[in-house]
Amino acid sequence: MTDEVKDRVIQIIADQAILEVSDISMDQSLEDLGIDSLGLVESIFAIEEAFDIEVPFNANDPKASEFDISSVASIVAAVQKLVADQAA
Amino acid sequence: MKRVVITGAGTINALGATAPATLEAMREGRCGIGPLDIRDVDRLSIQIGGQVRDYDPETHFNRQQISLYDRFTQFTLLAAKEAIGQSGLTFEGELAAQAGVVLGTAGGGVNTWDENYRTVYEEGKNRVHPFVVPKLMNNAAASHVSMEWNLKGPSFTVATACASSNHAMGQAFHMIRAGMTKAMVTGGSESMLCFGGVKAWEGLRVMSKDACRPFSANRNGMVQGEGAAVFVFEDYDHAKTRGAELLAEVVGFAMTSDAADIVMPSKQGAARAIAGAMKDAGLNRDEVGYVNAHGTGTAANDKTECAAVADVFGQHADKLMISSTKSMHGHLIGGTGAVELLACIMALRDGIVAPTIGYQEPDPECALDVVPNTAREAKVEVALSNAFAFGGLNAVLALRRA
Repeated sequence: MTDEVKDRVIQIIADQAILEVSDISMDQSLEDLGIDSLGLVESIFAIEEAFDIEVPFNANDPKASEFDISSVASIVAAVQKLVADQAA
Repeated sequence: MKRVVITGAGTINALGATAPATLEAMREGRCGIGPLDIRDVDRLSIQIGGQVRDYDPETHFNRQQISLYDRFTQFTLLAAKEAIGQSGLTFEGELAAQAGVVLGTAGGGVNTWDENYRTVYEEGKNRVHPFVVPKLMNNAAASHVSMEWNLKGPSFTVATACASSNHAMGQAFHMIRAGMTKAMVTGGSESMLCFGGVKAWEGLRVMSKDACRPFSANRNGMVQGEGAAVFVFEDYDHAKTRGAELLAEVVGFAMTSDAADIVMPSKQGAARAIAGAMKDAGLNRDEVGYVNAHGTGTAANDKTECAAVADVFGQHADKLMISSTKSMHGHLIGGTGAVELLACIMALRDGIVAPTIGYQEPDPECALDVVPNTAREAKVEVALSNAFAFGGLNAVLALRRA
């Protein structure tokens, strides 16, 4: 289940970055992948649609929300938590 | 070149239903932002706005008019009536043949789109009211003002997102300055506080859920407003000859494009527009006492705008006052520059600078005198009004005390 979430999130990020899934590594930031502020908002939208969740993210203060976007790994972890919270 | 003055002002917005009521609210630092009262608000994640409250169209318009006037047109007509009434002008003969209406709006009849999409998509009906098109078109407000007041010169609508009104007023200014006409009716309006309008903005994740706090370190986004403001711009000699009251003189205007990003603002684009307006007016930096900021309350705008102001004004940036009245009336999108011009008129004519309310924590990236929370008395000779739009389109007006 959690690997499935991870794979889908990476696929979404890869699609946004116009890269192959194999080109994405967990320690990269969105900036490393060439994803700008609009790309970030679009990725979050795609994640919300894919998992039917609400991602708490305000572009004015990304650090204030619990949704950590600093790396691919942190995004995957945050989505896994949101999906688990919703199932609970 | 002709000199251009403002001889009439009118508005309706979250702070008041007239220009005097709005200025009183700005003087008192009152907040017009509150819980939204619109259909399906429970399905929105953003539930606040600067909504025009206690408003009943039927007290102003008859049924036939309401069937043709979207909310943005209604607001425009009310503001135009107040402005033209104050100016004392009657549009007849040559004056009427030359004078037109240039208005800004970003969305036009958004409520009409929203209501009629509901009808066909949600309710599954296959028929809509016959006036949907003339009601929702972006030029509806300009056209109805021209019809109501016999304005037969150039009339059109400018849509440059959040800079629409400033671009519109700049056109009116240019026409009078060039000698094309003795008077123009100009300003702008917006009314997109409906489910679809707010939902669209939510998507960008730049909206605040609690308040608009421009320049404050803890700002967390913009808050939408609605309403209209309309002005009569007039040839100085024409106004002087007939003994009209001069609210302020419009002395300069500049427009620039960032040519960079569809949503992120550019310091250079903003700075070129501010400097351009001063150059157009022949002003020295130290003559400017007040800048009505675009000041949306987003992280990106406010720091970029302060950096642009600091660049253009150098040391004088620390002496001028800069405030964002969006903290009180919200962001009227295409109508915002028009409502904000009222704050410039108040600074110049009344010597009262409107505050930036909701200011809680200094931000080192916005280290200017933002007139926090309380209005201030000051003699201001020249004021600027900034507007910077999505799409990188910037428009700045320069006004002088009349």
